[in-house]
Amino acid sequence: MKKTLSRVYMALIFLFLYAPIVILILFSFNDSDTKSRAVWSGFSLRWYQKLFSNAELLNALRNTVIIAIIAAVVATILGTVAAIGINSMKKWSKRVIMNIGNLPMVNPEIVTGISLLLLFVFGARLLHVELGIFSVILAHITFCLPYVILSVMPKLRQMDNSLYEAAQDLGCTPVRSFFKVVFPEILPGIITGAVMAFTLSIDDFVISYFTSGTTQTLPVYIYSMTRKRVSPEINALSTLLFGTILVLLLIVNFSKKKSGDTKEAAQER
Amino acid sequence: MKSKAIAAPYIVWMCIFIVVPLFLVAYFAFTDSTGAFTLENIIQVGQYSDVFLRSIWMGALATLFSLLLGYPLAYIISKSNLRRQSVLIMLVMLPMWMNFLLRTYAWMTLLEDNGMINNFLAALGLPRLHMINTAGAVVFGMVYDYLPFMILPLYTVLIKIDRSVIEAAQDLGANSCKVFLKVTIPMSMPGIISGITMVFVPAVSTFIISKMLGGGSNLLIGDLIDMQFLGNAYNPYLGSAISLVLMVLILICMGIMNQFDEDGSAEGGKML
Amino acid sequence: MGETSIIRLENITVSFDGEQVLKNLNLSIRDGEFVTLLGPSGCGKTTTLRIIGGFVKPDAGDVFFNGKKINNLPPHKREVNTIFQKYALFPHLNVYDNVAFGMRVHKKSEKQVEKTVREMLAMVNLSGFANRNVNSLSGGQQQRVAIARALANDPKILLLDEPLGALDLKLRKDMQVELKKIQKATGITFIFVTHDQEEALSMSDTVVVMDNGEIQQIGTPEDIYNEPANAFVADFIGESNILDGVMLEDYVCSFAGKKFRCVDAGFQKNENVDVVIRPEDIDVVEADSTHLTGTVTNVTFKGVHFEIIVDVEDFKWMIQSTDYQPVGAKIGLRIQPEDIHIMKKSVYSGTFGDYSTFSDEMEEDAAKEEEAEREDEV
Repeated sequence: MKKTLSRVYMALIFLFLYAPIVILILFSFNDSDTKSRAVWSGFSLRWYQKLFSNAELLNALRNTVIIAIIAAVVATILGTVAAIGINSMKKWSKRVIMNIGNLPMVNPEIVTGISLLLLFVFGARLLHVELGIFSVILAHITFCLPYVILSVMPKLRQMDNSLYEAAQDLGCTPVRSFFKVVFPEILPGIITGAVMAFTLSIDDFVISYFTSGTTQTLPVYIYSMTRKRVSPEINALSTLLFGTILVLLLIVNFSKKKSGDTKEAAQER
Repeated sequence: MKSKAIAAPYIVWMCIFIVVPLFLVAYFAFTDSTGAFTLENIIQVGQYSDVFLRSIWMGALATLFSLLLGYPLAYIISKSNLRRQSVLIMLVMLPMWMNFLLRTYAWMTLLEDNGMINNFLAALGLPRLHMINTAGAVVFGMVYDYLPFMILPLYTVLIKIDRSVIEAAQDLGANSCKVFLKVTIPMSMPGIISGITMVFVPAVSTFIISKMLGGGSNLLIGDLIDMQFLGNAYNPYLGSAISLVLMVLILICMGIMNQFDEDGSAEGGKML
Repeated sequence: MGETSIIRLENITVSFDGEQVLKNLNLSIRDGEFVTLLGPSGCGKTTTLRIIGGFVKPDAGDVFFNGKKINNLPPHKREVNTIFQKYALFPHLNVYDNVAFGMRVHKKSEKQVEKTVREMLAMVNLSGFANRNVNSLSGGQQQRVAIARALANDPKILLLDEPLGALDLKLRKDMQVELKKIQKATGITFIFVTHDQEEALSMSDTVVVMDNGEIQQIGTPEDIYNEPANAFVADFIGESNILDGVMLEDYVCSFAGKKFRCVDAGFQKNENVDVVIRPEDIDVVEADSTHLTGTVTNVTFKGVHFEIIVDVEDFKWMIQSTDYQPVGAKIGLRIQPEDIHIMKKSVYSGTFGDYSTFSDEMEEDAAKEEEAEREDEV
């Protein structure tokens, strides 16, 4: 009884969470071109075909990917180095820096967005340039940094500090000790941070909206369409993206389970 | 590793892209277009107190509903077996991988007067409901978009509760209802707090959901700020003032919340 | 000693955050010795080790290696290797690669690496474990991998930072024997840090007792036990009854209200001293006026002997005796002149030696409780 009740509850919540996604995916295959977005008129792949000839949309997609890659790489490197530095600081200065650094995470996105807009407008006027892909990249690096730091920091804290000393003790220079010993230890945290930064950047709308000027990222492009009428091409694109992510997640999960199994087997031996 | 110095590039970055922009917000909030100091903007924010109140009210409602809907789910997930747990948690996170603008847009097609739900009702011979462009739809959209933010921290805290603490409570004579009220809920307080902040902050400052599901009649703080910067009512001075007030408001809320959290963890510590 | 000393510390001073950890420390260690730095936690023994390893730079003073000043030599250039407290094995490498790490860093040929790794693993009885993941090893095995890894680097000195602390008692004893054997076989200077006095006494050629950033006594284990330099050493090594006494003249002292003959001389007339009497040196006799007399307050059976706490005029003595004495019994304490150790007064006088409580911990906790109560009152 209790079990069925909780099953029903779970099903209802997941229905709530997935209903719009199902609708989106369904309507990406809709043949209709008519006014109502809620009328089903047969299966078709025409939106998928149209998608690849929509220059504006493809351009937005390209911008989004370029921004996400650059922002993720820079934020990961800068954030990892910062985490190492911050980790060796005294408690008090550590706290101050972490609290300021986390502001983009804690503050409402819109406040971060307009504050960066003010900075970029100010800077653009000084340097006689315009807001664009460059300012979006700077903004994305800024809000990705705390996530990278927060995922690297625990790995550093968990790591036995004497590993680093042991490598030096055995003849490595400090720099070499870092790459031979510390880096492999904190790598999982770095990867998590990089993945988070990449997906946050891809998905970001609010901050891009305020800092992109006339450059369009995919979410900004979608927003401009929702104000009129969303073309089912977007549905098609989202379905493709969603599918890709789903497949990636399944692969990661599967390989993780597999390596977990082999590890267990090794320990049993 | 004693190399604090390598944090220097980050600190410089932090100053340029976090500290300076916030100072700019404060600067704009207290100046007029000639650059002179003024309190006019802040005073003007007072005119929008109804918008503030509406935002806070809707944000609070959305947070409450998220908590009420999310807690049971997080609890059920935390009680199921390990392999199923990871699948379920992935299912909770998965919707976040589809752009939220699109998901919200999909709700438009569902909730419209000629939308799927109403068509469905009509097909059953039931009266149509007017759902879109109401305050209810906005709160609904907020709950929908931010529910995973409530479930995840709750789940993280719930799985960490030591089984033996529950057993100890039962051993001391508490029935399952009492165990839930006196042990599980207090011990999951840190998760509740972070869930509340993670839902309330974006909900109170959103400007998309209200625009898409509220139909412009339910103006929120986010819309107001948007209008001052990229909208028709271009006035970055007023916009900065509103942002500043919003920020201070949220900092105060979080300060109060953290107070609860400290009490909570202190209690948790005592329990151990 | 000067010529044969492999490591010499001169006037070393170190502070962390304004707190002095080492105060003007001087220490000279001979080549091939097994030296133990012994002391309670926070006494500066690990810091001393880290100075030799190159991980801590002294604020003042010099470090000499074979007569050469090495103050500014970084750790990776020192011919010194360390066994870290938690072994610090590299978790991403297997046993073989851990042991080979140092040689590969020094660009030895793979052939030689393989030969040395096999030798080292054989020495620590882990020949079959080369391809194992280090995380799958037990504590004792990890310990031995750490030893093999350090020795594979062919150090002149091996530094061991409480290496046996995490092992259980029996394994610990085996490892003590093992370490001593390895040290004898290789002839490498071992500098061993521990807070376990038994470990120190049973393994070392020389024991350096430290407290509060200062060396309290350097000597052979026998010297340290039989002739403690001050009340701290007497209390830290073994069990001791430590009393206030007066040296009346050469070979005559008084304590606990009575005069005793003793074997010490060279003090000033009527000089105040600390008197140490080991519990196993006290004989239980009939209570009469020629001996110290007291009442038994507690008896504990210890297997080999009984541990008897006797109250003599409010001072609690500990006696180890093979004969049982009931609580409440009045007994006499006989002490032979050669069992009375006289020490000069030091800063430690009066802080140890009474058996109202056994452990320092209980004593400290009791003191803290008092403190807390006092604070509560304020």
